[in-house]
Amino acid sequence: MENNKQNKYDLIIIGAGPAGLAASVYASRYKINHLVIGQIFDSSLFKAHLVENYPGFEKIKGADLIQKFYEQAKNLEAEIISEETVNIIQTHPQPPLPEKTGRGKRGVKNFKITTNLNKIFESRFILLTLGTKQRKLNIPGEKEFLGRGVSYCAVCDAAFFKNKKTAVVGGSDSAAMAALLLAEHAEKVFLIYRKGELRCEPVKKEQIEKNPKIEVIYETNIKKIGGQSKVEFVKLDKEYKNDLKLEINGVFVEVGAVPPETLIRNIGIETDQGGYIVIDKKGETTIKGFYAAGDVTTGSNGLRQIVTAVSEGAIAATSIYEELKKGN
Amino acid sequence: MAEIILTDQNFESEVIEFKSTPVLVDFWAPWCGPCQMIGPMITEIADEMKDKIKVGKLNVDESPETAGKYEIISIPSLKIFKDGEIVDEIVGLQPKEVIVEKIKKVLE
Repeated sequence: MENNKQNKYDLIIIGAGPAGLAASVYASRYKINHLVIGQIFDSSLFKAHLVENYPGFEKIKGADLIQKFYEQAKNLEAEIISEETVNIIQTHPQPPLPEKTGRGKRGVKNFKITTNLNKIFESRFILLTLGTKQRKLNIPGEKEFLGRGVSYCAVCDAAFFKNKKTAVVGGSDSAAMAALLLAEHAEKVFLIYRKGELRCEPVKKEQIEKNPKIEVIYETNIKKIGGQSKVEFVKLDKEYKNDLKLEINGVFVEVGAVPPETLIRNIGIETDQGGYIVIDKKGETTIKGFYAAGDVTTGSNGLRQIVTAVSEGAIAATSIYEELKKGN
Repeated sequence: MAEIILTDQNFESEVIEFKSTPVLVDFWAPWCGPCQMIGPMITEIADEMKDKIKVGKLNVDESPETAGKYEIISIPSLKIFKDGEIVDEIVGLQPKEVIVEKIKKVLE
């Protein structure tokens, strides 16, 4: 396979989370000339307090696990740059040719990538593993009180709420994890969820129900975050103990995640209604040579876990290797 | 290491009373993952911009008085001081370019 000359690669992996780094490990072992563009702290795994469902590690901090993925990829001499991909264009649209003839002339670079530092890279194959971005509440007060009681990182900020009243918004695994972590420090944790039943793992639900500091407020949304210089209260859309106002000092937002829409929209690959990239069983999108893996895709039945991200990354890297072997 | 270690004891003299250049303060803690990631960026900035800005790191666990005074309840938290006053701040993990951009604006 081709040597790297003037920023040209056989494969560029965009995103340095579990899917991207697993794909890099496989790509290195297949001797695919590749580049990874991304930063591990952009991965949602980085913020996970404790991971307890990734085989081989009974309990591990998300930041430590992603660091291990990173080190393994680096030890296999992967080239990883901490930049952000701002644009991807297809420079050589290839019509779908019969399998045996392949998908284009040898050496032709099909994609051009621009990063936030205006660096340009060319590649024959792309593997997009950008994961998802945390969704915001988009309510009054959320932006104004960021760092003044509004937080998107319970691991970072829980300790500042010792003996304070706090709220976590959401009902997912991440929300449950944030509530449990906050309960180690705060006097009281309200878990506010818009639906009638938490959607987190049953094992976490049980821990929440048993925790005397946590109280779940179901079928309720937050409409406003208010206070003077810091968060002092939230306004609910449904009365709790005969009041729409709930006095708290901190709001932790854990209302799920969405795929990064701009990059996806610009390149024009097919997505489902939620914006997740549609892939086939090889990990390829509707654009030939453009693959995707991990939380950003519709793959693995939408499970979106670390185990599914790494397996999708491995499958995509292997599919690309098969294509390169054919001489495409 | 070009950045200085700030504490409750030296914050007044090293930051508030320091007038030659603006001062960038990184409020952090060892248990905060994103703080570990921002740390090396701060060191690089301290090195690359040493003639333009003074850079310090304050461990919020070891210097609770200063962290409390500036009402730090979210980390990593970066604050830029000029003549003893906060002129800009960044909450949470941000790319190095964003931090450098903020510093450049303060220096204008």
